[in-house]
Amino acid sequence: MNALYVLWIRQLKRYMRSRSRIIGALGQPLMFLIALGYGFGAIFQRAGAGNYIYFLVPGVISQTILFTSVFSGSEIIWDRQFGFLKETLVAPVSRFYIMLGRTLGGATVATAQGLIVLLLSHIVGYRMENYLMLPLAIAFMFIIALMFTALGIAIASRLTDFQGFQLIINFLVMPLFFLSGALFPLSNLPKSLTIITRIDPLSYGVDAMRGTLNNASHLGLGLDMLVTGTLTLAFLAGGSYLFAKIEI
Amino acid sequence: MNSQENAIEVKNLVKKFNEITAVNDISFTVSRGEIFAFLGPNGAGKSTTIKMLTTLLAPTSGCVLVNGFNPVTEQTKVRKSFGIVFQDPSLDDELTAYENMNYHGILYSVPRQLRQERIQGLLQMFELWDRRNHLVKTYSGGMKRRLEIARGLLHHPSILFLDEPTVGLDPQTRNLIWEYIKEMSKEENVTVFFTTHYMDEAARVAERVAIIDNGRIMAQGSSDQLKEQTKTESLEDAFLAITGTAIREEEASPYSRMRLIARRRG
Ligand SMILES: Nc1ncnc2c1ncn2[C@@H]1O[C@H](COP(=O)(O)OP(=O)(O)O)[C@@H](O)[C@H]1O
Ligand SMILES: [Mg+2]
Repeated sequence: MNALYVLWIRQLKRYMRSRSRIIGALGQPLMFLIALGYGFGAIFQRAGAGNYIYFLVPGVISQTILFTSVFSGSEIIWDRQFGFLKETLVAPVSRFYIMLGRTLGGATVATAQGLIVLLLSHIVGYRMENYLMLPLAIAFMFIIALMFTALGIAIASRLTDFQGFQLIINFLVMPLFFLSGALFPLSNLPKSLTIITRIDPLSYGVDAMRGTLNNASHLGLGLDMLVTGTLTLAFLAGGSYLFAKIEI
Repeated sequence: MNSQENAIEVKNLVKKFNEITAVNDISFTVSRGEIFAFLGPNGAGKSTTIKMLTTLLAPTSGCVLVNGFNPVTEQTKVRKSFGIVFQDPSLDDELTAYENMNYHGILYSVPRQLRQERIQGLLQMFELWDRRNHLVKTYSGGMKRRLEIARGLLHHPSILFLDEPTVGLDPQTRNLIWEYIKEMSKEENVTVFFTTHYMDEAARVAERVAIIDNGRIMAQGSSDQLKEQTKTESLEDAFLAITGTAIREEEASPYSRMRLIARRRG
């Protein structure tokens, strides 16, 4: 319990103190919302797909959570370089709890970030379909956040330098984001793209966001929950295994 | 091996990094409550040995017991037995000094009251108390080093590892640290295992010394025994007689070199 608390509060404090991270993490989704939302809005509407901003908000929230979570998980690379990782690796508790504490901390930050984007999207005119769904939406945000923080930790446990972080962003985060249906609808896609979007775990997160915020799930909230929940447990298990094997 | 009497037992310990043999078949024991110095030139294998004793690195071969437990198979039990001050930085720069201390204390289950008392005492002793609520990244190198040591002394473990703890500190601070450690060791029977390049420190503080060079233990015994063996007048001369006078460069990764330069500028 002590270890969970320490590692959790540490993530939160570091986040609150890093203004550039907060602004960066909020600026990007807002840019997407405004540029894409207004830029493609007219085409989207003409194609009979409805209001693009409404469509985009759940995708942009998912994107925020994805980026923030993977970044939090990857902080292990920083901690290794600056040395603090050692302090946690010799702590008198099982490394599983250290890893879990970090994951919970990173996921809390990412969920908060997602909620802020949801709030800000109201400025550009967005409204949820049914505000009673908010708790379920938050629960999904937290699961998505846990999933990708754990994935970030799993990968970063094997990486020793900052180049590794660039690799994560370019070869993991970007494809996950662009192939998730965050920016386009999953219906009527070419067959091959449909298969790829079904493999991308973030698709289920985006769909869950669309289901809870817009009442417009394509895959069904049950399936979304099953896939994201299972993957979260799998990544937690894999992440804690790899974290426990870190040597300095 | 009798693990009741010995805090640390090492037998035929080997660590290879690819073609480099950093630790080459060393054996030694440290009794409970003993203050033991591990001396050797740069690159001798001191830090690598400490990493293997403290569960951070798996040995290539050999047998290790720390507080009677195996660091490979009983990691959590070993980790509950020791405290450590690392050679390299290990603070969280984005936290304050107080937070670094407090979270360490919570992690090691030091009860709140005692935790607060000790944090205040240690930070005052190291003249960091007035700056306790500043982020560590605003600290000078010497202040960071003092905070590392203060944090290492916060929970009183049964075995304390100190890897070149006093590098770059002034003689007053070094004296203060060793007085504190000697007293803690005596009063609470804490075993102390340390490395240093200051031979006067080792001679004054350690009850027993081992000298390691190129991964091998070249000599061990009390400071007087080593002087006698080598027919020298001081531990420093004995050390030089045993390890020779060639200068050893510490191999540094490009990153740590970069950081060193940054620190000098900062
Ligand atoms: N992770 C590593 N990979 C490769 N070589 C290493 C590693 N860690 C240490 N070494 C090498 O092992 C030797 C012993 O290093 P170390 O134990 O740090 O020496 P000391 O602490 O006595 O100065 C050195 O030659 C060092 O370069
Ligand atoms: Mg060393």
